[in-house]
Amino acid sequence: MSEKVPVEVRVNGELRSAAVEPRLLLVHFLREELGLTGTHVGCDTSQCGACTVLIDGRSAKSCTVFAVQAAGSAVTTIEGLAEGEALHPIQEGFWEEHGLQCGYCTPGMIMAAASLLKENPDPSETEIRSGLDGNLCRCTGYQHIVNAIARAAQQG
Amino acid sequence: MIPAAFDYRRAKTIDEALALIGETAEEARFLAGGHSLIPLMKLRFSQPDRLVDIMHVPGLAGIWERNGQVGIGATTRYVELERSRILQDVLPVVAEAAGEIGDPQVRHRGTIGGSLAHADPAADLPAVMVALDAFLDIVGPQGRRRVQAEDFFQGFFTVDLAEGELITEMRMLPRRTAAYAKLHQKASHFALVGVAAALEIEAGNGADGVCRGARVAVTGLSTHAQRLRGVEASLIGERLEEEVIRAAAERAPEGIEEVNDDLHGSAEYRREMAKVFAARAIRRAAARA
Ligand SMILES: Cc1cc2nc3c(=O)[nH]c(=O)nc-3n(C[C@H](O)[C@H](O)[C@H](O)COP(=O)(O)OP(=O)(O)OC[C@H]3O[C@@H](n4cnc5c(N)ncnc54)[C@H](O)[C@@H]3O)c2cc1C
Ligand code: FES
Ligand code: FES
Repeated sequence: MSEKVPVEVRVNGELRSAAVEPRLLLVHFLREELGLTGTHVGCDTSQCGACTVLIDGRSAKSCTVFAVQAAGSAVTTIEGLAEGEALHPIQEGFWEEHGLQCGYCTPGMIMAAASLLKENPDPSETEIRSGLDGNLCRCTGYQHIVNAIARAAQQG
Repeated sequence: MIPAAFDYRRAKTIDEALALIGETAEEARFLAGGHSLIPLMKLRFSQPDRLVDIMHVPGLAGIWERNGQVGIGATTRYVELERSRILQDVLPVVAEAAGEIGDPQVRHRGTIGGSLAHADPAADLPAVMVALDAFLDIVGPQGRRRVQAEDFFQGFFTVDLAEGELITEMRMLPRRTAAYAKLHQKASHFALVGVAAALEIEAGNGADGVCRGARVAVTGLSTHAQRLRGVEASLIGERLEEEVIRAAAERAPEGIEEVNDDLHGSAEYRREMAKVFAARAIRRAAARA
């Protein structure tokens, strides 16, 4: 086992520090060290996007990033989107448009959408679909997810 | 999946990166975007004892125009290539190819230097660099050297890079009349085949000018990115009318050995698709004249 090293990451606005093994993946840092279990592990092979978070504002698959790489960065997880009781417009969109069934892919979908809308606040349907190229859903068939994001863009 | 334990170091300068790689007798590797290396480590196909993170070396990332050349730093992420004003203006093929890599999450992390060093047989940027006749600047324990992209890619995951050597920069001439066309493997988005075409077209007549030079390169078809010399030969000296493009693209499979044949596409299918996507890349490049 390798030495633990200190890491400091700003997670959902709050500075969090821990001593971790360099091989600890960011997703396990979030779920196990910080108890933020909203970020899911679907495939663990960089394909499904269930583990998507924002690193310095851009979507990334947290199963394919070491926590030590994120040291000094700002990470946003699904827990960081709502303001108090008020849902984020993308969360609201998923609620209103039935953007989920089992909900497993949902946190990753929402974080991918947050990254997309930040870069492109008024995406076409095609742009929404390519923005979700890195996220798989086994339930919905995607149409309601696309509708949810389109609604969020209109409201945003 | 948990990778084997390793020791993590962040380099602040190129010299420090080389020293951190060189000082350990064990297996050390540079870590860039991590989007090839980390998946391999999770499967324990790769078990380095030390990773030297090069993403915090200032000056190793960026896109610049200098002395009539375009330079791209090794740790420049795909998303920066995609959005670069310089590239969109003078080398749109690089921005276009970067935009076709993987998915947004992958493009937010992966780097050009990592893609070239890793040299996946289906990676996109190797073909683009070969078509553009780019040079790679490399530093290592023996000093600096420069390699032409065409010579850098040698075989299946095999490149001209010695242990402890670091790619620092890619340099190439501006060329608007170049384009990339890719057939995506639907699950991973890697190229089933991808073709990059860089054309020199006589000025003044738009796409009707005579083609004075052509470099066309393919990825996904075989062990590594390589030139399609038959296609190139059929374009040079011609006006790029539709029949000329079609006849040239027909020659795509010529001289390519060890054609990939797997569950994603048979060798026969890939040869056919190489023709189709060569024609698309050439048409699109010519349309930029
Ligand atoms: C889901 C998914 C989809 C993908 N789809 C595509 C695709 O469609 N097209 C495509 O081309 N690629 C694709 N990739 C691969 C991706 O482009 C990788 O980012 C790339 O292959 C490696 O770049 P990196 O910066 O992530 O390098 P790393 O993974 O950090 O490193 C890869 C290797 O290169 C070495 N290295 C890195 N930088 C340097 C340097 N400057 N000098 C010397 N050695 C160096 C490392 O030591 C390591 O051995 C995909 C990856 C994933 C996970
Ligand atoms: S769990 Fe990270 S991409 Fe599937
Ligand atoms: S809602 Fe079940 S996987 Fe997407």
